[in-house]
Amino acid sequence: MLNEIQQRILREVADMVNMPSGAVNIRSDGQKLFRQNTENIEIVSKTDRDGIDIRIKPFTKAESVHIPVVLTESGFKDRVYNDFFVGEGADVTIVAGCGIHNCGGCGDSQHEGVHTFYVGKNAKVRYIEKHYGEGDGLGKRILNPETVLYLEEGASVTLETSQIRGVDDTKRYTRAELKGENSEITITEKLLTHGDQKAVSEMDVFLDGAGSRTQVISRSVAQDNSSQIFYPRVTGNCDCFGHVQCDAIIMGRAKVRAIPEITCNHVDASLIHEAAIGKIAGEQILKLMTLGLSYEEAEQRILDGFLR
Amino acid sequence: MLELKNVSYSVSDDSGTADILKDVSLTIEDRKFIVITGPNGGGKTSLAKAVMGIVPLTSGQILLDGEDITGLNVTERARRGIAFGFQQPPRFKGLKVRDLLTVAAGRSLSHDEACAYLTKVGLCARDYLDRDVDTSLSGGEVKRIEIATVLARRTKLMIFDEPEAGIDLWSFARLTDTFREIHDSKQATIIIISHQERIIRLADEILLIAGGRLQDRGSVDEIYPKIMTQTLTGCNLLEVD
Repeated sequence: MLNEIQQRILREVADMVNMPSGAVNIRSDGQKLFRQNTENIEIVSKTDRDGIDIRIKPFTKAESVHIPVVLTESGFKDRVYNDFFVGEGADVTIVAGCGIHNCGGCGDSQHEGVHTFYVGKNAKVRYIEKHYGEGDGLGKRILNPETVLYLEEGASVTLETSQIRGVDDTKRYTRAELKGENSEITITEKLLTHGDQKAVSEMDVFLDGAGSRTQVISRSVAQDNSSQIFYPRVTGNCDCFGHVQCDAIIMGRAKVRAIPEITCNHVDASLIHEAAIGKIAGEQILKLMTLGLSYEEAEQRILDGFLR
Repeated sequence: MLELKNVSYSVSDDSGTADILKDVSLTIEDRKFIVITGPNGGGKTSLAKAVMGIVPLTSGQILLDGEDITGLNVTERARRGIAFGFQQPPRFKGLKVRDLLTVAAGRSLSHDEACAYLTKVGLCARDYLDRDVDTSLSGGEVKRIEIATVLARRTKLMIFDEPEAGIDLWSFARLTDTFREIHDSKQATIIIISHQERIIRLADEILLIAGGRLQDRGSVDEIYPKIMTQTLTGCNLLEVD
């Protein structure tokens, strides 16, 4: 059913070697390639526009949803809307991701995924999203993901996104509204750009529910002539806590801008931001060389650890 | 055997040239425990770094087991069996204690092996193996992890630059036991830059480096009284930490 390229990309973006046991939806070049529902998780195609609804029943425990997207046609442009309805008390892992294999042609391949999450009371979601690009086509590999989350009381979301090499252009927007009391979200973003790649990541987190919390962690490496812009914004409108941490390693002739913004609109809102951009410290390389690594091995080891 | 032949090291800037090491020649036999001591700024750390290849020689030669390693870089010297513990080790965002020990050992370590190295420096593996070697660790903790990485390399020549600096008294006692164990088992040649009497007293031989030169060398009984006399008379060859 799956060709070699599709299989490889699925391995890269969703760690899928075999078909997972939970709910699965594989989309390839704009078409549904495979779908699998479970007793508790139903995936339904939208009728008004491209995309799917994923409905997770209340109190579903320890189940997973895999919804990878594969683009292999040069010049193919795709925009989808995926909505997740996570029932009260559910505890699920959602693995999304998009891989582009742009080979041979000269057209840009582009995927824009808009993911919206409605996370019910006391539900727990771990969302993992990987982006990956490969191929020697002249066209660009472009990924513009948008992730929107609404958290009810006691809901807890861990968002882990990574884009390591291969994607030429990316504009990411993440918006989280923590309306519910004691809801929390941890957003971890990992990015490596090289060549002439460009990446922009904007984020808005609104802490509206009393006792809501957020932690935003961005780790990025900019190599060669690539450029990155981070613009995470956290707004505290109640008794809440937020911490934004942007760390970037800059190499070659790359450029990185980090503009963390925190806004407190309530006397009990406690928000912190930290941002650091710098090259790999020479003493770190030297230390690993004294342990027997070459300069290049030491550099790679530091980057691997930083982006882990 | 480690041999230094007429080793000199100078640095230059706009204000002129400073001679850090001046024509130092010495030989260190295998499996000896050597302590290098002397005043601040006297050239001890530069001498140790010159052996590791971290600072370039202006002139002279360094031989390890008869091989001229003067032209080799840090990695090549490390692979030939020289290990170096920094006085102020760097921190790493994202590298765990377990990662550093693995790189040092050159292979994946079992939990028990990694644990053993940390125990030798007075750390409990359960608390530390999965911690990042970042700013969440205290200076003394990072320093002890640094020493553990040197031990994990199991090389024939181990160099430690002031291993006692920043370490509390209790951990220091454990550390001196570890140095003594390595020496007693004749596993490696140990060169330690130190000002601590407890470490100095472990040494087979003391090298006194001051003013960029090897001023004196000999057994503890020969050298230590001289240092103390000179210190007492106001010539601070040995500072007291």
